[in-house]
Amino acid sequence: MSYPEKYKYTREHEWVEVAGNVGTVGITDYAQNSLGDIVFVDAPKVGTKVEKGAVFGSVESVKAVSDLYSPVTGTVTEVNEELASSPEKINTDAHGAWIIKVELSDAGEVGALLSAADYEKFIAEETGK
Amino acid sequence: MRYLPKSDAERAAMLREIGASSIDDLFTAIPEEYRLTRDLKVPRQMGESEIIDHFKAAAARNANGYASFLGAGAYRHYRPVVIDALVQRGEFLTSYTPYQAEITQGTLQAIFEFQTMICELTGMDIANASMYDGSTGAAEAVMMAVRVTGRDNVLVARTVHPEYREVMHTYAQHQGHDASEVAYGQDGRVDLAALERAVTEETACVLVQSPNFFGVIEDIPAIAEIAHKKGALLIVSIAEAVSLGIVRPPVEADIVSMEAQSFGVALSYGGPYCGVLAAKEKYLRQMPGRLVGETKDTEGRRGFVLTLSTREQHIRREKATSNICTNQALVALMTTIFLTVYGKQGMRELALQNLAKATYAADTLGVQGKLLFTQTPRFHEFVLQTDEDPEQLNARLLEKKIIGGLDLRKWYPELGNATLWCATELTTKDQVDAAADVLAESPVTAEAR
Amino acid sequence: MAATNGFTGTTRKVTAHLTQNEGLSFEKSSPSKKGYKLAPLDVPEVDPAALLGEAHRSRNAELPELSEIEIIRHFTRLSTWNYAIDLGMYPLGSCTMKYNPRVNEFVSRLEGIAEAHPYQPESLSQGALEIVKLLQDCLIEITGMDAITLQPAAGAHGEFTGILLARAYHQSKGNPRKTVIIPDSAHGTNPATAASCGYQVVNLKSNAQGGVDVSALARMVNEDTAAMMLTNPSTIGVFENEIHKIADVLHDKGALLYMDGANMNALVGKTRPGDFGVDVMHLNLHKTFSTPHGGGGPGSGPVACKKILEPFLPTPVVAQGADGLLHWNYDRPQSVGRVRMLYGNFGMFVRALAYTLANGPDGLRQTTEDAVLNANYIRKKLEDVYDLPYNTPSMHEVVFSDRRQTKNGVKTGDIAKRLIDYGFHPYTTSFPLIVPGALMIEPTESESREELDLFVDAMRQIAREVEENPEVVITAPHSTRISRLDETTAARKPVLRWKGPPEDAVEVDTPAKEW
Repeated sequence: MSYPEKYKYTREHEWVEVAGNVGTVGITDYAQNSLGDIVFVDAPKVGTKVEKGAVFGSVESVKAVSDLYSPVTGTVTEVNEELASSPEKINTDAHGAWIIKVELSDAGEVGALLSAADYEKFIAEETGK
Repeated sequence: MRYLPKSDAERAAMLREIGASSIDDLFTAIPEEYRLTRDLKVPRQMGESEIIDHFKAAAARNANGYASFLGAGAYRHYRPVVIDALVQRGEFLTSYTPYQAEITQGTLQAIFEFQTMICELTGMDIANASMYDGSTGAAEAVMMAVRVTGRDNVLVARTVHPEYREVMHTYAQHQGHDASEVAYGQDGRVDLAALERAVTEETACVLVQSPNFFGVIEDIPAIAEIAHKKGALLIVSIAEAVSLGIVRPPVEADIVSMEAQSFGVALSYGGPYCGVLAAKEKYLRQMPGRLVGETKDTEGRRGFVLTLSTREQHIRREKATSNICTNQALVALMTTIFLTVYGKQGMRELALQNLAKATYAADTLGVQGKLLFTQTPRFHEFVLQTDEDPEQLNARLLEKKIIGGLDLRKWYPELGNATLWCATELTTKDQVDAAADVLAESPVTAEAR
Repeated sequence: MAATNGFTGTTRKVTAHLTQNEGLSFEKSSPSKKGYKLAPLDVPEVDPAALLGEAHRSRNAELPELSEIEIIRHFTRLSTWNYAIDLGMYPLGSCTMKYNPRVNEFVSRLEGIAEAHPYQPESLSQGALEIVKLLQDCLIEITGMDAITLQPAAGAHGEFTGILLARAYHQSKGNPRKTVIIPDSAHGTNPATAASCGYQVVNLKSNAQGGVDVSALARMVNEDTAAMMLTNPSTIGVFENEIHKIADVLHDKGALLYMDGANMNALVGKTRPGDFGVDVMHLNLHKTFSTPHGGGGPGSGPVACKKILEPFLPTPVVAQGADGLLHWNYDRPQSVGRVRMLYGNFGMFVRALAYTLANGPDGLRQTTEDAVLNANYIRKKLEDVYDLPYNTPSMHEVVFSDRRQTKNGVKTGDIAKRLIDYGFHPYTTSFPLIVPGALMIEPTESESREELDLFVDAMRQIAREVEENPEVVITAPHSTRISRLDETTAARKPVLRWKGPPEDAVEVDTPAKEW
């Protein structure tokens, strides 16, 4: 699996794509594979403030729940409504099925996150052990 | 020991195969200073007939052959014999939680039927049988409302069963949402004006019981309007499930917490009972406890499975919606069979008989005292005020092998000499008449004459 | 059995048999069928609409309408689809699926017991109160504690009560404290409970033997620690032989040791938690004390404690009056309050007491010894084919892992499903979390050598199938009425109730016939 170069990644397996002042957030292919068939996405409402490193929602599969940690700080401007009726889109296209869009309070924040190459190295270490 | 299927020879052979010289070898992990070297001081082993004699003697020291007018959250109804005939089948009695669906479809389908019937009776969209009883169910319903709304003020009517309120307090005190009480009015119902003043934008929920502890039916639509206006949820707690045969279901509620003991579960000195939680569909993911869902197997056959368990403790751990694990499967099965036996028409007929018996009892006993809250519709319980103090009255009734109404002074001292009476389909006219005779002989009234 | 290439085992415990099909009760319902007959009214009839006004129910709930024979057949057929202890071994770890004695059912149904109303006068409830008192005394003796409450309705409820007691104790000393330490091997109810009592959970990583790392614990415990919740034997079936050190480390900082008593079946009559430093613990009557699981409940979770915690017990407590009679004492100013209405699952007390009386001291001890013997026998007979992640001695349960089988693409869940084809209920899969791919097996004392050998034989044949014919294991079970169910769709699009008859069903509106 190749991880899109233009995204940034977290160790909690989220990705974020920054365009201007807007960050689009989702979970990685590795995450969806670990979770299994996703049955429900608990996303915040538009207008909610999110904080880097803090929990902003969760993703449920049949056997597990995973908290979602925000890679960025800001305010939620859009929520992907498709996931309410078709959460499985995350399984089939994790890097395309975004969960929230955030108006960033500090676009420079993402500099500290992992690049695609670093993230791939990180997963290799995780699965290798 | 007849429950242990091994002979000494087999034990010895097994020990040899393990490579142990004696059973003590398998307990060496216990530090020597903590190993018990004496027998436990419990009664000696009894033969089966002795065990039965022991409990028969105990049973004989409980009430036997008394007429009873007790209710107050635990109700004496007839239990069809098919219930015990079925639930004592080993496949139901000795089976476990249906985590392995392929070999527990019996349990799963029965629960699915239960969920359906509760929804029909209560007017809710989803239901489960996972609460220990009505009191803990009410506490869990409150926690659910707090989670859903994100608010922490809770309002509970004083006409809710006093022990339910105690339990809610125990649960709430460490979670930052203890409850305020709302008084009742002259009509025995929640005081709507007081409620309106108490509900704010910080109120998570309003919890009422209907029929309430006094037997009176609350005005659910009016209460719902007051709660919903400020964005609070309405929780209706039902202690007497049989009432749903003839009383309109609380369709305006967001959550219904019900004690289903009346549906074929024995009184058994207080437990086990059957706590049911039901709610509107939008609260599905906040509902604690086990749910059974319909699905298909790999061949396309219909089957049932435990679902949405990710909210439960075994997966979410400290983020679980509740710490609840065991549910009430066997007692829920009793209620499922009960509801199937009575069915659509029978539940109405049963409830109607209860209403008729209670009306006769209230009319007859009411002559000997003062009936309270008479202008308000009630189901099968009523409050009677007497000149005679309840302790004395009940002592006189006991002499005639009658257990009278529950003394309310402990919980509602403002009602004076008041007792709570219940009549069900099992109450007979003769029993009511006999109780009325005893009341008529009151020495207090005689003195007053 | 499914036709696949390679070795397919021979089942010895089961063979194919017909079972009846059965739809939902609603699907065989028909208006005016009746399964009941009420006695005629001996009081005047009433008009419900007039009496209830707007509170009158205008439309009946759509419950099924069936005759008695249909009801008996319906539920009997459903029952035949269940596996049960009465059919054979149920090796679920930490569930203690032991025999549910029938005399327990008999005595709980005696009229004076089954029909006792909880609010009836105490003078007419002495039998019930004696049962409560005797069971309490027996459980106190068995646990080595000083006091007990039977009020909690199940294990998780007992945990909640126990931590409430701990909190009340600390509060009485001026500081409720902030945290509860829980090993990562613990059952999920433990952290859920701590959180519900307002405590923060601190996770303690298990050591290389799957037990408590005492030096790590000592570094972790401080004045903010209210308690540690410990399961002993642990969830991997191993007795914490440094238990006295664990207790000391906690007590040194004024913290309490809470023991999850789920695994008491390894200890009864051989040792007592109160003796080895436990301050408060819960018991599961539906595990150790033979009350029936009934498809998932009801249970009963008494909480026993040392006398420092006695004042905080839930209200009411049983006390002997000056009149020699037993009473409920409500005058308990320091009590944590009620954790439920009334007194507890009394029907379960009756059963647990009957079990205790049927055993006596020698029976209780022999039961524990047989439980531990059975688990070790299974361990010995399977340790060459399944991986043992920890080689510490097992007590009443043994935990293997699927490490040797995963290289063939087979996981513990698959082996469990294949075990069904051999006539057994699966063991506990994937718990405890510290063992990846766990197979958690607790036979209990109720298994004969014959049943154990059949189980071992099945597990060994499956191990061979994994090597030579993994497909047959991965696609198991093959012999059940229903094969693997689509849990994903069940969770994505939940269908939680029957929705009604098809559109073209004929509605009949005649009242039920009077026969």
